[in-house]
Formats: sequence, structure tokens, C-alpha cells
Amino acid sequence: MKLLSQQEPFVIQREVKPLDFLAAGETASDFKETLKSLGISPDICRKASIVTYEAEMNAVIHGGGGVIALELAGDRITIVARDEGPGIENVSLAMQEGYTTAPDSIRELGFGAGMGLPNIKKYSDDLEIETELGKGTILRAVILLDNSREEVKSPCPTA
Amino acid sequence: MILGDVMKVLEAEPLSRGVDLNVDLQTAFAADLMSDVLALARPGTLMITGLTNIQIMRTASVVDTPAVVFVRGKRPPRETIDLAEKLGIPSIITSKTMFEACGLLYQAGIKPISRVDR
Repeated sequence: MKLLSQQEPFVIQREVKPLDFLAAGETASDFKETLKSLGISPDICRKASIVTYEAEMNAVIHGGGGVIALELAGDRITIVARDEGPGIENVSLAMQEGYTTAPDSIRELGFGAGMGLPNIKKYSDDLEIETELGKGTILRAVILLDNSREEVKSPCPTA
Repeated sequence: MILGDVMKVLEAEPLSRGVDLNVDLQTAFAADLMSDVLALARPGTLMITGLTNIQIMRTASVVDTPAVVFVRGKRPPRETIDLAEKLGIPSIITSKTMFEACGLLYQAGIKPISRVDR
């Protein structure tokens, strides 16, 4: 069985469509299944999936869609969400629990209550946000793998 | 307590045929805000909600929720039921309000989650 190494990062990415609330969350499910199949522990899969889901909802609601990537290399998983949306005017405000610019229609879905970025921070070991008004946002969230983790299997070629 | 007992306590009905009623449940979390579920629910926690859109099942799947209770008698749309079946998340509907459903389950021995971070 081939093992993933630092020289050989594993990367997959998915496109997220704007305001597609039926499909929103598919990327999070998809990444979770992929990580599980690579032998990552359930707790880490769950954290990565929650981070992806909130990033996905942000891209769907605010970012005009975007691209979300899962990178697995060395001792970490990195979730990278890129959009070409309006950008975040005040990142420190957006990081506060309860601060939101989402419309009421989003709250009917159980989101848009100003918990997205705080949740991403909560479940990440490191979080970077690059944003420019009128240009878009790049979010990078790092989740460190367990030290106790078993060998990471390479993805099944038939999968 | 298993989901079958929860169903009796809440006078609930399964969302679809073939729902596994033997899922074991010790704790529950009730919310209409999925971000709060994402923030606080622990794996293995029963989700009680009054929302019925497809994101409920996405959220349940992401946080490893073993079962979902829909309160206030709201029947979820087809896409939610389909996703519940696809993901294998047993779901039931009760006509009780969220407050009453929570009270009955608490009385029956279901525990709240303790607020621990991560």
C-alpha cells in the first residue's frame, strides 16, 4: 500500500454554485467520505467536514459561489475556500459570534446567524483569511492530524 | 434509550419505511439554528428540530448525529426524506412542540450534552 508523504500532497477540489441551497453541503459530505476512506480518525473527519460545510455555506450565501479544496499533506489537512465575491468589509467583526450580513431567507434554512466564521475558527487549528473588497476572499483553515494516527492510506484508484 | 422508545414517548411516526429503531441514544440537542448544532452537538447526539429543509440532513451527517426528530408535526420535503434515506439517518416526526418533546425526553432519561469545547 502506497503512503502519502509530504512530497506527495493529496488534493481534491469542488466547485460551489451561488445560492444553490439544495446542493450546499455536498462538498462537506464528499470531503468527509474521502477522509474516512483514507483512514483519518472520525474526530478529525468531523472537524474537517464542519469547517468545509460552513465555508461552503459562506460561498453559497455571500461569495457568489466559489471553489473549495481539500489538501492533505504531512501532519495536516487544509481546507481552502476561494470566491470572487464582494469580500469581507470587516474581518474582526465577521469573526464575532452573532454578527451577520445574511438575509432573512438564509435564516429560514438554519444558517445566517453569524456563526459561520466563529465555527470555522473553533474547529480549526489555524485560520487565515485574505479578503479584498470587490475582489473576493480566500480562507485557509488548517486541521492538524492526530499524533496517534495510523498510516494514511492512499486513495483507492478505482474510487 | 433506543429510537423506538423515543418514538413511543413522543407518539411519533417514522419518516419513511425501514427506519432503524434500534439506534441507541443517550443525549439530545434541540435547535432550529444549524450553526448552533455544528458548534455544540457531540457525535452520537439525537437532533431535535423544527426545520425541515435538506440542510438539516447535511448538518446531521456532518456532526455524526445518529437520528433526527422533527417537531410541530412538520413533514419534511421529498429531498430531505431522500437524503435521510441515502445517508441512513433514521428520522421521526412528532406533532408535539419542541418544548414538550424536550421535556418528555428529559423526563424519560435522555441527557443534555455538556458544553465542552470541540
